Amino acid sequence: MPKIAMTVNGKQVSADVPANTLLVEFLRKDLMLTGTHVGCDTSQCGACVVHVNGHAIKSCTTLAVQANGASVMTIEGLAPGADLHTVQAAFKEAHALQCGYCTPGMVMAVVDMLKNNPKPTETQIRHGLSGNICRCTGYHNIVKAVQIASGQAVTA
Amino acid sequence: MYAFDYVRPASLADAVKALGASEENRPLAGGQTLIPTMKQRLAMPATLIDLAGIAELKGVRRDGNAIVIGAMTTHADVAGNADVKAAIPALAALAGGIGDPHVRNSGTIGGSVANNDPAADYPAAVLALNATIITTTREIPADSYFTGMFKTALQPGELIKAIRFPIGAKAAYSKFEQRASRYALVGVFVAHTGAGVRVAVTGSGAGGVFRSAPLEAALAKGFSVDALKGAVVPSTGLLSDIHGSAEYRASVIPVIAERAVAAAR
Repeated sequence: MPKIAMTVNGKQVSADVPANTLLVEFLRKDLMLTGTHVGCDTSQCGACVVHVNGHAIKSCTTLAVQANGASVMTIEGLAPGADLHTVQAAFKEAHALQCGYCTPGMVMAVVDMLKNNPKPTETQIRHGLSGNICRCTGYHNIVKAVQIASGQAVTA
Repeated sequence: MYAFDYVRPASLADAVKALGASEENRPLAGGQTLIPTMKQRLAMPATLIDLAGIAELKGVRRDGNAIVIGAMTTHADVAGNADVKAAIPALAALAGGIGDPHVRNSGTIGGSVANNDPAADYPAAVLALNATIITTTREIPADSYFTGMFKTALQPGELIKAIRFPIGAKAAYSKFEQRASRYALVGVFVAHTGAGVRVAVTGSGAGGVFRSAPLEAALAKGFSVDALKGAVVPSTGLLSDIHGSAEYRASVIPVIAERAVAAAR
Protein backbone atom coordinates (compact mmCIF):
# COMPACT_ATOMS: atom_id res chain seq x y z
CA MET A 1 0.00 0.00 0.00
CA PRO A 2 1.59 3.32 -1.03
CA LYS A 3 2.56 5.75 1.69
CA ILE A 4 1.66 9.28 0.74
CA ALA A 5 2.50 12.62 2.26
CA MET A 6 1.25 16.01 1.21
CA THR A 7 0.42 19.44 2.51
CA VAL A 8 -3.32 20.00 2.87
CA ASN A 9 -4.46 23.50 3.76
CA GLY A 10 -0.98 24.24 5.08
CA LYS A 11 -0.75 21.17 7.29
CA GLN A 12 1.52 18.23 6.59
CA VAL A 13 -0.42 14.95 6.39
CA SER A 14 0.63 11.41 5.62
CA ALA A 15 -1.14 8.08 5.35
CA ASP A 16 -0.99 4.63 3.84
CA VAL A 17 -3.71 4.38 1.22
CA PRO A 18 -4.51 1.86 -1.51
CA ALA A 19 -3.36 3.12 -4.91
CA ASN A 20 -6.95 3.14 -6.14
CA THR A 21 -7.99 5.77 -3.58
CA LEU A 22 -9.23 8.93 -5.24
CA LEU A 23 -7.97 12.24 -3.92
CA VAL A 24 -11.53 13.22 -2.99
CA GLU A 25 -11.95 10.00 -1.00
CA PHE A 26 -8.71 10.68 0.84
CA LEU A 27 -9.77 14.23 1.66
CA ARG A 28 -13.28 13.32 2.77
CA LYS A 29 -12.79 9.95 4.44
CA ASP A 30 -9.24 9.99 5.76
CA LEU A 31 -8.92 13.68 6.57
CA MET A 32 -12.66 14.28 7.21
CA LEU A 33 -12.52 17.39 5.05
CA THR A 34 -16.09 16.98 3.84
CA GLY A 35 -16.38 20.47 2.38
CA THR A 36 -15.21 19.04 -0.94
CA HIS A 37 -18.25 17.37 -2.48
CA VAL A 38 -18.78 14.48 -4.85
CA GLY A 39 -21.53 15.36 -7.27
CA CYS A 40 -21.42 13.24 -10.39
CA ASP A 41 -18.26 11.20 -9.70
CA THR A 42 -17.79 11.10 -13.49
CA SER A 43 -15.60 14.23 -13.92
CA GLN A 44 -18.34 16.43 -15.26
CA CYS A 45 -19.88 18.51 -12.47
CA GLY A 46 -16.90 20.16 -10.72
CA ALA A 47 -18.30 19.84 -7.17
CA CYS A 48 -15.02 18.15 -6.19
CA VAL A 49 -12.69 20.91 -7.43
CA VAL A 50 -9.69 21.55 -5.18
CA HIS A 51 -6.33 23.18 -5.86
CA VAL A 52 -3.24 21.03 -6.31
CA ASN A 53 -0.03 23.03 -6.46
CA GLY A 54 -2.13 26.12 -7.09
CA HIS A 55 -4.24 24.76 -9.96
CA ALA A 56 -7.93 23.86 -9.86
CA ILE A 57 -8.40 20.15 -10.61
CA LYS A 58 -11.13 17.57 -10.17
CA SER A 59 -10.34 15.51 -7.11
CA CYS A 60 -12.68 12.73 -8.28
CA THR A 61 -10.47 12.28 -11.34
CA THR A 62 -7.16 12.37 -9.50
CA LEU A 63 -5.62 9.57 -7.47
CA ALA A 64 -4.50 10.39 -3.96
CA VAL A 65 -1.06 9.00 -4.85
CA GLN A 66 -0.79 11.46 -7.74
CA ALA A 67 -0.90 14.23 -5.15
CA ASN A 68 1.92 12.66 -3.15
CA GLY A 69 4.34 15.48 -2.35
CA ALA A 70 1.92 18.15 -3.54
CA SER A 71 0.34 21.12 -1.84
CA VAL A 72 -3.44 20.76 -1.75
CA MET A 73 -5.99 23.39 -0.84
CA THR A 74 -9.64 22.65 -0.20
CA ILE A 75 -12.56 24.94 0.58
CA GLU A 76 -11.73 24.57 4.29
CA GLY A 77 -8.31 26.13 3.73
CA LEU A 78 -9.44 29.13 1.76
CA ALA A 79 -10.14 31.36 4.75
CA PRO A 80 -8.70 29.79 7.87
CA GLY A 81 -9.56 32.75 10.09
CA ALA A 82 -12.91 34.30 11.00
CA ASP A 83 -13.20 36.36 7.82
CA LEU A 84 -14.50 34.90 4.60
CA HIS A 85 -12.34 34.83 1.47
CA THR A 86 -13.27 37.59 -1.01
CA VAL A 87 -14.91 35.04 -3.30
CA GLN A 88 -16.87 33.46 -0.45
CA ALA A 89 -18.02 36.91 0.69
CA ALA A 90 -19.11 37.76 -2.85
CA PHE A 91 -21.08 34.49 -3.12
CA LYS A 92 -22.83 35.44 0.12
CA GLU A 93 -23.52 38.98 -1.04
CA ALA A 94 -24.91 37.92 -4.43
CA HIS A 95 -26.82 34.97 -2.97
CA ALA A 96 -24.87 32.81 -5.42
CA LEU A 97 -26.15 29.55 -4.04
CA GLN A 98 -29.42 27.78 -3.60
CA CYS A 99 -28.91 24.25 -2.31
CA GLY A 100 -25.19 24.90 -1.93
CA TYR A 101 -24.02 21.51 -3.14
CA CYS A 102 -21.93 22.89 -6.02
CA THR A 103 -20.68 25.87 -4.02
CA PRO A 104 -17.32 24.56 -2.72
CA GLY A 105 -16.30 23.56 -6.23
CA MET A 106 -17.63 26.80 -7.68
CA VAL A 107 -15.70 28.89 -5.16
CA MET A 108 -12.46 26.96 -5.72
CA ALA A 109 -12.92 27.28 -9.49
CA VAL A 110 -13.55 31.02 -9.23
CA VAL A 111 -10.50 31.60 -7.02
CA ASP A 112 -8.34 29.93 -9.69
CA MET A 113 -10.11 31.79 -12.49
CA LEU A 114 -9.46 35.19 -10.88
CA LYS A 115 -5.85 34.31 -10.16
CA ASN A 116 -5.31 33.76 -13.89
CA ASN A 117 -7.58 36.59 -15.04
CA PRO A 118 -8.30 39.18 -12.33
CA LYS A 119 -10.87 41.14 -14.37
CA PRO A 120 -12.76 38.64 -16.53
CA THR A 121 -15.52 39.76 -18.86
CA GLU A 122 -18.96 38.23 -18.40
CA THR A 123 -18.28 35.89 -21.33
CA GLN A 124 -14.95 34.87 -19.82
CA ILE A 125 -16.66 34.24 -16.49
CA ARG A 126 -19.25 31.98 -18.10
CA HIS A 127 -16.52 30.09 -20.00
CA GLY A 128 -14.45 29.92 -16.82
CA LEU A 129 -17.36 28.27 -15.02
CA SER A 130 -17.86 25.68 -17.78
CA GLY A 131 -16.41 22.94 -15.61
CA ASN A 132 -18.88 23.49 -12.79
CA ILE A 133 -22.53 22.51 -12.90
CA CYS A 134 -25.17 23.99 -10.58
CA ARG A 135 -28.15 21.67 -10.47
CA CYS A 136 -30.32 24.51 -9.18
CA THR A 137 -29.28 26.39 -12.35
CA GLY A 138 -28.40 29.41 -10.24
CA TYR A 139 -25.73 30.59 -12.66
CA HIS A 140 -26.87 34.18 -12.89
CA ASN A 141 -26.04 35.04 -9.29
CA ILE A 142 -22.80 33.07 -9.49
CA VAL A 143 -21.71 35.25 -12.41
CA LYS A 144 -22.71 38.31 -10.34
CA ALA A 145 -20.62 37.02 -7.45
CA VAL A 146 -17.57 36.68 -9.68
CA GLN A 147 -18.06 40.25 -10.87
CA ILE A 148 -18.35 41.44 -7.25
CA ALA A 149 -15.31 39.42 -6.18
CA SER A 150 -13.27 40.92 -9.02
CA GLY A 151 -14.38 44.47 -8.16
CA GLN A 152 -16.35 44.95 -11.35
CA ALA A 153 -19.76 46.34 -12.17
CA VAL A 154 -22.51 43.74 -12.03
CA THR A 155 -23.94 43.15 -15.49
CA ALA A 156 -25.34 39.66 -15.13
CA MET B 1 -11.73 0.78 -9.43
CA TYR B 2 -9.96 -2.55 -9.36
CA ALA B 3 -6.83 -2.67 -7.24
CA PHE B 4 -3.52 -1.87 -8.92
CA ASP B 5 0.05 -0.99 -8.09
CA TYR B 6 1.45 2.45 -8.69
CA VAL B 7 4.93 3.71 -9.43
CA ARG B 8 6.21 7.17 -10.30
CA PRO B 9 9.60 6.77 -11.98
CA ALA B 10 11.92 9.78 -12.14
CA SER B 11 13.43 8.93 -15.52
CA LEU B 12 12.15 7.89 -18.92
CA ALA B 13 14.42 4.83 -18.88
CA ASP B 14 12.85 3.65 -15.62
CA ALA B 15 9.36 4.30 -17.00
CA VAL B 16 10.02 2.24 -20.13
CA LYS B 17 11.46 -0.54 -17.98
CA ALA B 18 8.43 -0.53 -15.66
CA LEU B 19 6.06 -0.48 -18.62
CA GLY B 20 7.82 -3.42 -20.22
CA ALA B 21 7.65 -5.52 -17.06
CA SER B 22 4.10 -6.65 -17.85
CA GLU B 23 1.66 -6.36 -20.73
CA GLU B 24 -0.93 -5.40 -18.12
CA ASN B 25 0.96 -2.24 -17.09
CA ARG B 26 -0.26 1.12 -18.32
CA PRO B 27 1.30 4.59 -18.41
CA LEU B 28 -0.60 7.36 -16.59
CA ALA B 29 -0.40 10.87 -18.01
CA GLY B 30 -3.02 13.42 -16.86
CA GLY B 31 -5.53 10.68 -16.16
CA GLN B 32 -8.53 12.57 -17.50
CA THR B 33 -9.57 9.61 -19.64
CA LEU B 34 -7.79 6.70 -17.97
CA ILE B 35 -9.05 7.34 -14.42
CA PRO B 36 -12.74 7.59 -15.43
CA THR B 37 -12.23 4.45 -17.55
CA MET B 38 -10.76 2.64 -14.56
CA LYS B 39 -13.57 3.89 -12.30
CA GLN B 40 -16.02 2.27 -14.70
CA ARG B 41 -13.94 -0.91 -14.51
CA LEU B 42 -13.35 -0.78 -18.24
CA ALA B 43 -9.60 -0.90 -17.65
CA MET B 44 -7.70 -3.03 -15.17
CA PRO B 45 -3.99 -2.21 -15.24
CA ALA B 46 -1.65 -4.26 -13.06
CA THR B 47 0.65 -1.32 -12.41
CA LEU B 48 0.10 2.31 -13.30
CA ILE B 49 3.32 4.04 -14.31
CA ASP B 50 2.79 7.71 -13.51
CA LEU B 51 4.84 9.82 -15.92
CA ALA B 52 4.43 12.98 -13.80
CA GLY B 53 7.85 12.63 -12.17
CA ILE B 54 9.82 12.78 -15.42
CA ALA B 55 11.03 16.35 -15.87
CA GLU B 56 12.14 15.94 -19.49
CA LEU B 57 8.56 15.22 -20.59
CA LYS B 58 7.29 18.63 -19.51
CA GLY B 59 7.45 21.99 -21.16
CA VAL B 60 7.48 23.80 -24.48
CA ARG B 61 10.52 24.84 -26.46
CA ARG B 62 11.15 26.57 -29.74
CA ASP B 63 13.46 24.43 -31.88
CA GLY B 64 14.38 26.21 -35.09
CA ASN B 65 11.26 26.42 -37.21
CA ALA B 66 9.23 24.24 -34.89
CA ILE B 67 7.53 24.19 -31.52
CA VAL B 68 8.29 21.07 -29.49
CA ILE B 69 5.82 20.24 -26.73
CA GLY B 70 6.71 17.67 -24.09
CA ALA B 71 4.19 14.85 -23.74
CA MET B 72 3.33 15.70 -20.12
CA THR B 73 2.62 19.37 -20.81
CA THR B 74 -0.93 20.21 -19.75
CA HIS B 75 -3.51 21.77 -22.04
CA ALA B 76 -3.51 24.86 -19.80
CA ASP B 77 0.26 25.23 -20.15
CA VAL B 78 0.07 24.95 -23.95
CA ALA B 79 -2.83 27.43 -24.08
CA GLY B 80 -0.94 29.95 -21.96
CA ASN B 81 2.54 29.48 -23.44
CA ALA B 82 3.90 32.66 -25.02
CA ASP B 83 5.93 30.82 -27.69
CA VAL B 84 2.93 28.73 -28.79
CA LYS B 85 0.65 31.77 -28.82
CA ALA B 86 3.11 33.70 -30.96
CA ALA B 87 4.17 30.93 -33.33
CA ILE B 88 1.05 28.76 -33.71
CA PRO B 89 -1.90 30.69 -32.22
CA ALA B 90 -4.38 28.12 -33.56
CA LEU B 91 -2.73 25.44 -31.43
CA ALA B 92 -2.84 27.58 -28.29
CA ALA B 93 -6.51 28.36 -28.95
CA LEU B 94 -7.31 24.68 -29.46
CA ALA B 95 -5.62 23.75 -26.19
CA GLY B 96 -7.56 26.50 -24.41
CA GLY B 97 -10.85 25.07 -25.64
CA ILE B 98 -10.40 21.46 -24.53
CA GLY B 99 -12.90 20.24 -21.94
CA ASP B 100 -13.10 22.73 -19.10
CA PRO B 101 -10.53 24.66 -17.01
CA HIS B 102 -10.01 21.84 -14.51
CA VAL B 103 -9.53 19.21 -17.21
CA ARG B 104 -7.04 21.54 -18.90
CA ASN B 105 -5.05 21.79 -15.68
CA SER B 106 -4.65 18.01 -15.55
CA GLY B 107 -4.90 16.62 -19.09
CA THR B 108 -1.80 16.41 -21.25
CA ILE B 109 -1.02 16.55 -24.96
CA GLY B 110 0.77 13.21 -24.85
CA GLY B 111 -2.14 11.52 -23.13
CA SER B 112 -4.60 12.90 -25.65
CA VAL B 113 -2.53 11.96 -28.69
CA ALA B 114 -1.71 8.49 -27.32
CA ASN B 115 -5.38 7.81 -26.56
CA ASN B 116 -6.61 9.05 -29.96
CA ASP B 117 -10.20 9.48 -28.87
CA PRO B 118 -12.24 9.96 -32.07
CA ALA B 119 -13.65 13.20 -30.61
CA ALA B 120 -10.46 14.62 -29.08
CA ASP B 121 -9.20 17.99 -30.30
CA TYR B 122 -5.42 17.54 -30.38
CA PRO B 123 -5.35 14.80 -33.06
CA ALA B 124 -6.86 17.31 -35.53
CA ALA B 125 -4.02 19.76 -34.86
CA VAL B 126 -1.34 17.08 -35.08
CA LEU B 127 -2.68 15.82 -38.41
CA ALA B 128 -3.45 19.19 -40.03
CA LEU B 129 -0.19 20.81 -38.95
CA ASN B 130 1.76 17.74 -40.16
CA ALA B 131 3.38 17.32 -36.76
CA THR B 132 5.83 14.61 -35.79
CA ILE B 133 5.34 12.32 -32.81
CA ILE B 134 8.66 11.79 -31.07
CA THR B 135 8.67 8.56 -29.08
CA THR B 136 11.15 6.63 -26.98
CA THR B 137 12.19 4.67 -30.06
CA ARG B 138 11.56 6.76 -33.20
CA GLU B 139 9.85 9.70 -34.89
CA ILE B 140 6.44 9.09 -36.43
CA PRO B 141 4.92 11.46 -39.02
CA ALA B 142 1.30 12.39 -38.28
CA ASP B 143 0.08 10.82 -41.53
CA SER B 144 1.15 7.35 -40.40
CA TYR B 145 0.47 7.77 -36.66
CA PHE B 146 -3.35 7.72 -36.38
CA THR B 147 -4.45 4.23 -37.41
CA GLY B 148 -8.06 4.03 -36.22
CA MET B 149 -10.46 4.80 -33.40
CA PHE B 150 -8.41 4.72 -30.18
CA LYS B 151 -5.61 3.19 -32.28
CA THR B 152 -2.18 4.59 -33.07
CA ALA B 153 1.14 3.42 -34.49
CA LEU B 154 2.56 3.26 -30.96
CA GLN B 155 3.91 -0.19 -30.10
CA PRO B 156 3.60 -1.82 -26.67
CA GLY B 157 6.17 -0.27 -24.35
CA GLU B 158 6.66 2.79 -26.58
CA LEU B 159 6.03 6.18 -24.98
CA ILE B 160 5.49 9.59 -26.55
CA LYS B 161 8.27 11.97 -25.48
CA ALA B 162 7.19 15.08 -27.35
CA ILE B 163 5.34 16.37 -30.36
CA ARG B 164 7.01 18.65 -32.88
CA PHE B 165 4.80 21.14 -34.71
CA PRO B 166 6.23 22.99 -37.71
CA ILE B 167 5.74 26.76 -37.59
CA GLY B 168 4.46 28.79 -40.48
CA ALA B 169 1.00 27.56 -41.38
CA LYS B 170 -1.93 29.92 -41.63
CA ALA B 171 -4.24 27.90 -39.44
CA ALA B 172 -7.31 27.72 -37.26
CA TYR B 173 -9.44 25.17 -35.46
CA SER B 174 -13.19 25.41 -35.15
CA LYS B 175 -15.43 22.97 -33.39
CA PHE B 176 -19.08 22.25 -32.92
CA GLU B 177 -19.30 20.83 -29.43
CA GLN B 178 -21.58 18.19 -28.05
CA ARG B 179 -23.12 20.43 -25.40
CA ALA B 180 -22.98 18.06 -22.45
CA SER B 181 -19.57 16.43 -22.89
CA ARG B 182 -17.91 19.35 -24.73
CA TYR B 183 -16.22 16.84 -26.97
CA ALA B 184 -16.18 17.78 -30.63
CA LEU B 185 -19.21 16.58 -32.57
CA VAL B 186 -17.42 18.09 -35.53
CA GLY B 187 -14.01 19.72 -35.21
CA VAL B 188 -12.06 20.97 -38.21
CA PHE B 189 -8.44 22.12 -38.20
CA VAL B 190 -7.27 23.86 -41.37
CA ALA B 191 -3.63 24.62 -42.14
CA HIS B 192 -2.36 26.45 -45.19
CA THR B 193 1.36 26.39 -46.00
CA GLY B 194 3.51 26.74 -49.09
CA ALA B 195 3.26 22.97 -49.42
CA GLY B 196 -0.53 23.08 -49.67
CA VAL B 197 -3.63 22.85 -47.56
CA ARG B 198 -4.31 20.20 -44.94
CA VAL B 199 -7.76 19.77 -43.41
CA ALA B 200 -8.17 17.42 -40.46
CA VAL B 201 -11.57 16.47 -39.08
CA THR B 202 -12.20 15.11 -35.59
CA GLY B 203 -15.35 14.02 -33.80
CA SER B 204 -16.77 12.59 -36.99
CA GLY B 205 -14.74 9.73 -38.38
CA ALA B 206 -15.68 6.11 -37.66
CA GLY B 207 -11.94 5.50 -37.75
CA GLY B 208 -11.04 8.57 -35.71
CA VAL B 209 -9.41 11.74 -36.99
CA PHE B 210 -9.02 11.97 -40.78
CA ARG B 211 -7.98 14.32 -43.56
CA SER B 212 -10.80 15.45 -45.82
CA ALA B 213 -9.77 15.08 -49.46
CA PRO B 214 -12.73 17.03 -50.91
CA LEU B 215 -12.17 19.99 -48.57
CA GLU B 216 -8.42 19.99 -49.22
CA ALA B 217 -9.09 19.90 -52.98
CA ALA B 218 -11.53 22.81 -52.72
CA LEU B 219 -9.13 24.90 -50.64
CA ALA B 220 -6.19 24.09 -52.92
CA LYS B 221 -7.91 26.26 -55.52
CA GLY B 222 -7.88 29.20 -53.13
CA PHE B 223 -7.67 29.34 -49.34
CA SER B 224 -10.94 31.18 -48.79
CA VAL B 225 -14.45 30.65 -47.47
CA ASP B 226 -15.76 31.10 -51.01
CA ALA B 227 -13.63 28.22 -52.24
CA LEU B 228 -15.57 25.91 -49.91
CA LYS B 229 -18.97 26.86 -51.34
CA GLY B 230 -20.53 23.77 -52.83
CA ALA B 231 -17.90 21.44 -51.36
CA VAL B 232 -19.46 18.10 -50.50
CA VAL B 233 -18.18 15.73 -47.79
CA PRO B 234 -19.45 12.16 -48.24
CA SER B 235 -21.09 10.48 -45.25
CA THR B 236 -19.23 7.25 -45.95
CA GLY B 237 -16.95 6.36 -43.06
CA LEU B 238 -18.49 8.92 -40.71
CA LEU B 239 -19.82 8.17 -37.24
CA SER B 240 -23.50 7.73 -36.52
CA ASP B 241 -24.40 7.90 -32.85
CA ILE B 242 -26.99 9.37 -30.49
CA HIS B 243 -25.54 12.83 -31.08
CA GLY B 244 -25.85 12.83 -34.84
CA SER B 245 -26.07 10.68 -37.95
CA ALA B 246 -23.26 10.31 -40.48
CA GLU B 247 -25.32 12.39 -42.92
CA TYR B 248 -25.73 15.15 -40.32
CA ARG B 249 -22.02 15.23 -39.63
CA ALA B 250 -21.29 15.27 -43.38
CA SER B 251 -23.44 18.37 -43.74
CA VAL B 252 -21.93 20.12 -40.71
CA ILE B 253 -18.25 19.48 -41.57
CA PRO B 254 -18.07 22.01 -44.46
CA VAL B 255 -19.79 24.65 -42.30
CA ILE B 256 -17.26 24.23 -39.51
CA ALA B 257 -14.48 24.19 -42.11
CA GLU B 258 -15.74 27.56 -43.40
CA ARG B 259 -15.55 28.97 -39.86
CA ALA B 260 -12.01 27.66 -39.47
CA VAL B 261 -10.89 29.14 -42.79
CA ALA B 262 -12.48 32.48 -41.88
CA ALA B 263 -10.61 32.48 -38.56
CA ALA B 264 -7.25 31.30 -39.96
CA ARG B 265 -4.25 33.51 -39.34
